[in-house]
Amino acid sequence: MVEPLREVVEALIVEEHVVFTLPDLCRACGADAAQLQALVSEGLLHPAGNTPSGWRFSGHSLARARTALRLNRELDIELAAVALVMDLLDEIEVLRDRLAHELPGG
Amino acid sequence: MDFKNYYAVLGVNRTATHDEVKRAYRKLARKYHPDVSKEADAETRFKEVAEAHEVLIDPEKRAAYDEMGQRRERGQPFEPGGFEFSGRGGEAMGDGDARFSDFFESLFGRGGGERQRHPSAGRMPTQGEDHHAKVVIDLLDAYLGAQRSINLRVPLVDAQGHTTLQERRLDVSIPKGVREGQHLRLAGQGAAAHGAGQPGDLYLEIKFRPHPQYRLDGRDVHVHLPVTPWEAALGAEVPLPTPQGVVQLTVPPDSSQGRKLRLKGRGLPGKDPGDLYAVLNIVLPPSTAEGAKAAYQAMALAFQAFDPRTAATTSSEA
Repeated sequence: MVEPLREVVEALIVEEHVVFTLPDLCRACGADAAQLQALVSEGLLHPAGNTPSGWRFSGHSLARARTALRLNRELDIELAAVALVMDLLDEIEVLRDRLAHELPGG
Repeated sequence: MDFKNYYAVLGVNRTATHDEVKRAYRKLARKYHPDVSKEADAETRFKEVAEAHEVLIDPEKRAAYDEMGQRRERGQPFEPGGFEFSGRGGEAMGDGDARFSDFFESLFGRGGGERQRHPSAGRMPTQGEDHHAKVVIDLLDAYLGAQRSINLRVPLVDAQGHTTLQERRLDVSIPKGVREGQHLRLAGQGAAAHGAGQPGDLYLEIKFRPHPQYRLDGRDVHVHLPVTPWEAALGAEVPLPTPQGVVQLTVPPDSSQGRKLRLKGRGLPGKDPGDLYAVLNIVLPPSTAEGAKAAYQAMALAFQAFDPRTAATTSSEA
């Protein structure tokens, strides 16, 4: 008996191996260029390159942009506040991590 | 299908004003938004709250919902559907995993509140959309790399505009070293193209299934290593099972309970591999075993001057 051949899909780790252009990231986030440009000017995303057409976003930008857009849309908070919330969330994560390491048995 | 009490979900009266609905929603959204909430069922609760808000904040939808509620109270048949709306798109909700309930869709249709994608300025109009999903994998698959079948539920719209969820099975090669919270990109596995364009990509967010032995901390992995009191006291070479096979580990003399022995580079692999920590767990032989009592009594005699209470106090006062 021969099992039917199944195609195995190759996967790339986005955070390590993917670089996005602006149109790539738009498509991956389901957002338009103006929305992502707003995230860049708010300092939420830090692409390399000088002009939007030359921008290159790291793989980490995907999760960051999606979180920012979700907070913006679902909590109805403006981008400056989203930037603050995300900085605070990052800080909470660092503190939680430290707490976990300092607790006995951690 | 269960009737959903959207007023109860938001905790407002039937007579609540537009502003009251908005305030109630904002407060609950902050409490349950999955990105900021640590509540265990945050995602489910947030979806309920968002759905209730979607209906109650929109005068047309609220009127239709109220009418159906009244019909139901008068004992008339529960008869969803048939409402027509002015077509104002609801607020975008995110992805396939954030769909509204069947109750909602039977009342308003999928278009009634569905996330309308923003027309994208920078992309080809014929290219398929990118999709996102979350998958749970075994830690060992990330350690060693593996081929796994995953099952996804994909919303499919038929010619009548009805949406059903279709099971889709995909064989994926999981790359070695992927970590929790990272994303995998499966090129061309997103939505089909409109016309002749390229299909979209599929992104999978990775979560690990908890493992009975290995505890994960970022890229580092912790494992408990049971040792005997004499191994801990005198030092020993003991075998340690790791995801990459058994290694011989040197336990240094005078190791105390909970001591962590680091195996550099034996955590999650990758560009910057993590470390594996063996956490010593000293296990006493039961005193009921043959000869055990005599052995413990001999120890007591040999260590008459040893008092762990005073020793512990002085050493922890630093």
